[in-house]
Amino acid sequence: MFACLHAAGNLPLLLECARQFSPLVEETSPDTVVLDIDGLEPLWGTPDDIARALMQRNGVGASVAIARNPDAAIHVARGIAGVTVIPAGGEACVLAPLPLNLMGGSASPETAETLDLWGIRTFGELAALPPLGVAARLGDEGVHLQRLARGEADRLLRLPGEALNFEEAFELDYPLELLEPLSFLLARMLNDLCARLAARSLATNEIRLRLDLENANPHTATLRLPVPIRDPKAFLKLLQLELSDHPPAAPVLKVALALEPVKPRAQQHGLFIPVAPEPEKLELTLARIAGIVGAENVGSAERLDTHRPDSFVMRRFAAQRPEKSQAAVLPEETHLALRRLRPAAHAQVLAQDSRPVQIASAPARGRVLACAGPWRTSGEWWLPNAWNRDEWDVALNDGGLYRVYQDLSSGRWFIEGYYD
Amino acid sequence: MTSAAALRSHISSTLGTRWDPAFGLDRRPVPESLQTGIPAIDELTGGLPRGSLTEIFGAASTGRTTVMFSLLAQATTRDEFCAVIDTTGAFDPESAERGGVRLPQILWIRCGGNAEHALKATDLLVQAGGFGLIVMDLADTSTQQARRISLASWFRLRHAVEKTSTALVAIAQNVNAASCSALQLNLRQTQVLWSGKLLKGLRAEAESRKHYRVRTAAFTAQR
Repeated sequence: MFACLHAAGNLPLLLECARQFSPLVEETSPDTVVLDIDGLEPLWGTPDDIARALMQRNGVGASVAIARNPDAAIHVARGIAGVTVIPAGGEACVLAPLPLNLMGGSASPETAETLDLWGIRTFGELAALPPLGVAARLGDEGVHLQRLARGEADRLLRLPGEALNFEEAFELDYPLELLEPLSFLLARMLNDLCARLAARSLATNEIRLRLDLENANPHTATLRLPVPIRDPKAFLKLLQLELSDHPPAAPVLKVALALEPVKPRAQQHGLFIPVAPEPEKLELTLARIAGIVGAENVGSAERLDTHRPDSFVMRRFAAQRPEKSQAAVLPEETHLALRRLRPAAHAQVLAQDSRPVQIASAPARGRVLACAGPWRTSGEWWLPNAWNRDEWDVALNDGGLYRVYQDLSSGRWFIEGYYD
Repeated sequence: MTSAAALRSHISSTLGTRWDPAFGLDRRPVPESLQTGIPAIDELTGGLPRGSLTEIFGAASTGRTTVMFSLLAQATTRDEFCAVIDTTGAFDPESAERGGVRLPQILWIRCGGNAEHALKATDLLVQAGGFGLIVMDLADTSTQQARRISLASWFRLRHAVEKTSTALVAIAQNVNAASCSALQLNLRQTQVLWSGKLLKGLRAEAESRKHYRVRTAAFTAQR
């Protein structure tokens, strides 16, 4: 059974009144609310008692209607002032004299105009039309309107969704100085948050931590994950690694955690697909390695669209396979690889006829047995770090095969790397 | 058949399923292999064994990095993920891409010349699992520094990679892991190829050294 409260311009009061009776309340329109009263009999008595209680408590003189389905209750509450309780099966009789304009937005303007042209003005007149004829002339909408007119249209209440807020905060009685007790708190908060995520079949790809400190600015940390994960243990380990790398500057007074909810990762495994690192384990491993060698030294290289030598950026590594369209083709021949010296090593070079004949440098020293070059490259002359150089491939008598270059702006020689 | 083998066979057939395999030999299956993409080396070695440690060693300009890039290209083309633990930061993305390596599938870790960091990173990656190929690049690390990695550490790596489908490859100037490696490839430069005034490539020789079997194969890397 459903109860409807209708009063113009008093939605907050209507909602407050309805929520005293049931948590299942629909805000139908600015002047109408509907609540589910099933199961209220032990508390409030019969539907008549409930209707009277609603009438007494609403405080704004709203009309109250109780019916077997929400729409019948809405239409009766809008059309009949006071209290109306419709017995099961009696909806059509009660609705019959009501004007059709009470349906509000249920009927489209075209259909409402058609019904008006037909001379159909009340619920009863619409209910009396032959169903097959209505379906043939007005389609699904006409059938639905006729069911509304007969009080037969059943539906679920449209309940307002809760705001998805996955945040927790914990204010401490005394300041925390060590990371270990803080980890216990974080573990508890993460467990709760992940349980809430799991209840909604969600995961997260961003964790935001905020620590309010004693006599210092708040310490914040944001962990972004390449794939959505919902593993509190992995999150805790990541936060521990982050806090051990960047500890807060002062004792902690308050801990706040927020998770960004996203849809979980859906992946189809295959029998013949090679294994890939598990995202949770990989994130932890990368965080640990970043703690050893520095975060800027971990990732995958992406070449830049420039002719400048050795131009690349380090991107975050994510174990995601490329699309099939990006399938690489293996070269037919084995290519000679270059190993770079970073930064390029300064070298003393003895040249004859502009060709290097002797090289002395920390990584390489010896007589040039053979060389090829020069290959002149230059670019980005409009920038302060423009390059302009002559490159040579040289074979030294120590067996090494090097790439050297002369910076034409300074005249200095450098060893860029060696072929290996 | 020796008398011991005959006796074991008799007991095994008599006891059937009650025969405790602890009395039998632990026959390890032939490991899967990862092809290097260089036909001469593949013919020589049958590919690098997965679940094992392979050492590729030699002096500078002997083709060690060329073999490494070829391995990475083979693995990434098979949609596998690989890791390069680059002790000195010598990995050249441009050169790797020319060799057919798919860079997004390569986890590159630069250790700033610290071999100990490289060892720790390798250990963590092997433990994490899921990588088809892990390369520990000690090619520019001096022999003295590389030898500071204890045999116990190599043994731990070998043990960690066992029973996984990961091929662990160490590239260095000399042998470091000794008996912990399942395969050792010694590379030597035999000739630098010039075409007129152009560097065309280099020719190298690979020697497979393990368990008293020494075999060689020659290959050419084009510039």
